[in-house]
Amino acid sequence: MSKFELTRFPLIKNLLKNRYPQLAVFVLMLAGFLFAITAGFVGTPVGSHNFSIVFVWIAWWAILILVAVPFFGRGWCAVCPIPVVGDWLQRGAVLEPAPKMSKWLNLRVPAKFRNMWMQNISFTLVALFSSVILTTPVVTSVVLAAMLFLSIGLSLVFERRAFCRYLCPVGGFIGLYAQTAPLELRVKDKNVCAHCAGKPCYNGSELGSGCPWDVFPGGLTKNTYCGLCMECLRTCPHDNIAINLRPFSADLAKPSAKLDETFKAFIMLGASLVYAYVLMGSNGSVKLVAYSVFSPAWFGYAAGFLAVIFGILPGLFWLSVKFGAIKTSSPGKQFTTAATALIPLGLMFWVAFSLSFVLTNATYIFAAISDPLGLGWNLFGTAATAWQPMLSSLVAPTQTLALVGGLAWSARTAQKSAPQAGISSVPVIVYCLAATFLMLWLLL
Amino acid sequence: MRPYAILFLLVLAGLVVAFAPLPAHFSAPVARTFHVEASQFAYQPGEISVNPGDKVTIELVSTDVVHGLYVDGYGVSVKADPGQNATLTFVADKSGSFRLRCNVTCGAMHPFMVGKLNVGANTWLYRSLALASLGIFSVFVLARTTKME
Repeated sequence: MSKFELTRFPLIKNLLKNRYPQLAVFVLMLAGFLFAITAGFVGTPVGSHNFSIVFVWIAWWAILILVAVPFFGRGWCAVCPIPVVGDWLQRGAVLEPAPKMSKWLNLRVPAKFRNMWMQNISFTLVALFSSVILTTPVVTSVVLAAMLFLSIGLSLVFERRAFCRYLCPVGGFIGLYAQTAPLELRVKDKNVCAHCAGKPCYNGSELGSGCPWDVFPGGLTKNTYCGLCMECLRTCPHDNIAINLRPFSADLAKPSAKLDETFKAFIMLGASLVYAYVLMGSNGSVKLVAYSVFSPAWFGYAAGFLAVIFGILPGLFWLSVKFGAIKTSSPGKQFTTAATALIPLGLMFWVAFSLSFVLTNATYIFAAISDPLGLGWNLFGTAATAWQPMLSSLVAPTQTLALVGGLAWSARTAQKSAPQAGISSVPVIVYCLAATFLMLWLLL
Repeated sequence: MRPYAILFLLVLAGLVVAFAPLPAHFSAPVARTFHVEASQFAYQPGEISVNPGDKVTIELVSTDVVHGLYVDGYGVSVKADPGQNATLTFVADKSGSFRLRCNVTCGAMHPFMVGKLNVGANTWLYRSLALASLGIFSVFVLARTTKME
């Protein structure tokens, strides 16, 4: 199946090139984001009745993991409000592109940090404290505000979007899973880019900023680091940028051999398994331990969490790869290349896990929209909406569909990537099957 | 055999695994009573198992704050004040595994206060495991068929 260029339609292309529609969405998102922070600080401490918890961890999360990432890849990053203020300050303007000479420090991020490890650490930290972050409005607000201020601070010190590219805990896994999405930004003809003078898509021009994600579009081969900000669509003097529809997981045909991305896959896979056990299981004592941060028992929980994501899952996968080795090749390359199969598996684990609490708690949205601070308001007449699980009879079948579909998808990916690593796909597929059995048992 | 024909057969096999009726395991319905203690953020016992057709009575007692118990799939619930017993009775006429959820906001981890009601065997789990195995088998068969073509 070939690609289908969406930007061949003038309406779509103009809509994406024009800064005003994006600005309108940014302003709306930023207002909602700031309101969520405020609600967490001044609203009711009861999480299920506070806008910050309900809209961030139920509504936004559902849209992100069930729709945006699987179908639009980094589509969320294109409208995320977190880097907006930093962008405006960095450029010294709301709409105009960055000036040639920045008035801020404009440093380049040191080479040793130009990878996904910082995002792996930031996500792991959020995951360790997630029982508190997901349920306590003021903590959610502190985390959101910290992300906003970190983003602003990094924009003033470093060039481009250092926060999005190297630190955002959400951006890391969106980038990983964006490889599976049926949407991409690519150049139409690489030769045009090779001969383009000045490379305005990367260096900027009067038409737009140089790529905020520090990517040269002419060299793009996967979605991981392209934030779909559309600056290159605006700056390209040769009309050589296209937004394409394509088959799912097209990027996985050429597996990455980077260890930071590989560990991102293990962190996400492991976190979904731990969450399914801790949050969706019937063991109440483990929930209390996960919630009692910095207690002695919590340190045990944190050690177990870290052992799963950095030790047990990678260790067992390493053994699978060793067991399936056919050709003599670098063990590290075999490990990282074969781990490509875990990307669709992890995405579908998160879809299945999210279905179990999103549909159950969706009715909180109706109450929270009428009374966002839990102060007794009834703005839209829905404040008294009683909690009621939605479509509960469909949850288990849909989870099975997601997990079995994800397994088949991963197995097919393994069949394509394993030979490139010089290993048999069978042990990798058995690993994916075992992980899926475990997730089915935890969720059903 | 053409790949589409094989795909059709595999989908058919998947539908059979997912929906084919299983031989019923009959046992005479009985009345069962469970004493369930609710505290932040768990039920004790966390799982209760009954046979299809049983008349189930749950005596819910809360040991700290007000808690509820809502049975997914059955849509019935009960609320217990601290130290007070509350009783919920229903006939377990749907087979499968159902979540018990607290339906009274009881604290930070309230949305994750869950238990489990097993009515008969958890056949959907077994069907799902079989579907996962069939999914892997299908990937191997289809890859082989495509290679042969």
